[in-house]
Amino acid sequence: MRAPGGPEVAAGDVLLSVENVSLSFGGVKAVSDVSFDIRKGEIRAIIGPNGAGKTSMLNIINGFYHPQQGRITFQGKTRSKMRPHDAAHGGIARTFQNVALFRGMTALDNIMAGRTLKMNKNLFWQLLRYGPAMAEEVEHRHRVEEIIDFLKIQEIRRTPVGRLPYGLQKRVELGRALAMEPELLLLDEPMAGMNMEEKEDMSRFVLDVNDHYGTTIALIEHDMGVVMDLSDRVVVLDHGIKIADGTPDEVKKNKGVIDAYLGVAH
Amino acid sequence: MGILYNIFIDPFVQMGQAPDLFVQTLWEGLVGGMLYALIALGFVLIFKASGVFNFAQGIMVVFAALTLVGLHTAGVPAFLALGLTIAVMFALAWTIERVVLRPLVNQPDIILFMATFGITYFLIGFGEFVFGGDPKVMITEALYLPKGSITYKAFGGIVSLQRLDIVAVIVASIMVAVLAVFFSKTRIGRALRAVADSHSAALSVGISLEQIWVIVWFAAGLVALVTGIFWGARSDVSFALEVIALKALPVLILGGFTSIPGAIVGGLIIGIGEKLGEFYWGPLVGSGTDAWFAYVIALVFLLFRPQGLFGEKIIERV
Repeated sequence: MRAPGGPEVAAGDVLLSVENVSLSFGGVKAVSDVSFDIRKGEIRAIIGPNGAGKTSMLNIINGFYHPQQGRITFQGKTRSKMRPHDAAHGGIARTFQNVALFRGMTALDNIMAGRTLKMNKNLFWQLLRYGPAMAEEVEHRHRVEEIIDFLKIQEIRRTPVGRLPYGLQKRVELGRALAMEPELLLLDEPMAGMNMEEKEDMSRFVLDVNDHYGTTIALIEHDMGVVMDLSDRVVVLDHGIKIADGTPDEVKKNKGVIDAYLGVAH
Repeated sequence: MGILYNIFIDPFVQMGQAPDLFVQTLWEGLVGGMLYALIALGFVLIFKASGVFNFAQGIMVVFAALTLVGLHTAGVPAFLALGLTIAVMFALAWTIERVVLRPLVNQPDIILFMATFGITYFLIGFGEFVFGGDPKVMITEALYLPKGSITYKAFGGIVSLQRLDIVAVIVASIMVAVLAVFFSKTRIGRALRAVADSHSAALSVGISLEQIWVIVWFAAGLVALVTGIFWGARSDVSFALEVIALKALPVLILGGFTSIPGAIVGGLIIGIGEKLGEFYWGPLVGSGTDAWFAYVIALVFLLFRPQGLFGEKIIERV
C-alpha cells in the first residue's frame, strides 16, 4: 500500500485525528466538540443511537461536509476543509448507508471506476485503445479481477448492478472502495438490512480486508454483536456528543453508553 | 376512397416512377438528419452528465457561428478565428460551470433547466451586443469548404449532390464517431457515466464533478460550432437558427435522451422522414409539413417505445 501525497505512517501510530469538531445545520447541532483518533491498521467503530451524528462524522472525514469548528489531521496534514475528490486523492475511500452505486453500469465497471484516480495515461492512447493505455487498462483490470475473486462475486461481474440483490450491491460497493487501494476505508453501516448469513459474510470480508491488505477501517454499525466482535476500539456518540471511547469491553460497561441505548429511568 | 389512395398508394407509385427524385429526396433528408443528429448529440452529452435538458444548446450553435464570422470580419484569418472560437467555447463552458452549475449543485433538475433558459437569454443579449443582430454569411470560402454540386446520371434521371453537403456528412460522421469512442472507452467516459448515475458515489471515488461538467459543456460547444458552420452555410447565420434546436426534441424523444447512437439514428429518421413527408405527402395538405411532421413521427414512436429507440430501460427495484 502506498500513501499518495502523504508521509508513511507506521502501524499503531495515529493515522487520522479529529479535534474539537463541531458541525451544525442551521440551529441543529449534528456534531459538537468531538475529538478522537484512528490508528493505523485498526478497525475503529463509531456507534450511537439514531441521530447521534455518526454519518455526519463520516461525511466530515471524507470531505462531504465542512465542519464550522475543529481540525482534522490525516497522515500528518491538518486541514479544516477539503473537497471529496481531494479526500479520495489522499487515500480515503468510503461506502454509503443507502448504497450509492453506478446503477446502469456492470459490477466490473463499477469497480473499475474505483481505479479512476490510478489511471493517468494519455487520453489520446485511451481513445485508440492502443499502446501504453492498453497496457494500463490490462494492469488495472488485473487488479480489479483480484478484488472480484477476493469478494467472491465472479459470476455477477457482467450484471448491471441495478439488478443485483441488496446484499451483493453492498459487496460491489465495498469492491469499488477497495479498488482505490485506500489508506483509510470508511464503511457506513456495511451490514444494514442484511440477514444473519449475509452479515457474517460481510464481517469476514471486513476482517479479511484489514488482515490481508492492512487497511485501516472506520465503520458505523448498529448491530452491537457485530461491532464488539469486529472492532479494536469503539467511539460512542449521542446527540452529537462523544460519550465514550475505548475497547469494546470498556465501552460495554460504560454507564453513559448503557443509558443512551436503553434510556434512563427518570 | 380517393383520399386513401392519395395517402397510402400514390406516393409510393411516384417513388417507383421517378427513382432519381426519390434518391435525391433521401439524400437531402440524410444531410438534414445528420445536422439534427449533431444538435441532438449536444443535448445528449449534457443530459448524460448532469441530467439537465440544456435549453441553451440552440443558442450555443448560433453563438459559436457568430463568433467565428465576427472574428473573421474583424480581420482575423479564418483558421485562427476557428481556433479562437474553440477557445471561446471552452471559456464559455468553464464560466457556465463556475457561475451557473456550481452554485446549483444538488438543486432539483427543474432549477438547472430554468438556469439554462437564463444562459440562453444571456447569450442572445450578449451575442447581439457584440456582433449585432443582423444576419451574416458563413465564411465558407475562407474555410476552404467546397462550393457547387456534383451531378450524376443515375436511376433513370439526374441526382445532384451539393459538395458542401458531402463534406458536412463526412465531418459530422467523424465527429460523432470520435465522441462515441471518447465517451465509451476512455477513463473520462467512464467517469461521465459514473457522474450521471450518482453524484456522491462519483465524488467518493475521486471523480471531480467540476472537471467532468467543463468537459461535457466544452464538447457540446464544439458540436455546436460544427453544427453552426454547416447549418450557417446552408442558410444565414442569424438568431433565427436558434429554433432548429427545437427540432432536436423529436430526435431526442426518438433516440432516447441518454444514447449517443440514438441521437444519430433518431436524427436520420427525423431528417429523412421529414423530407419524404414534405415531398410526397406535403402537397395533400398544401405543404408546410416540415414545421410539424417531425413531431408526429416522434409521437407515433412514443406510443410504442416510451424510453426511445435506444434509451436505457428503466429498472426500478421496489
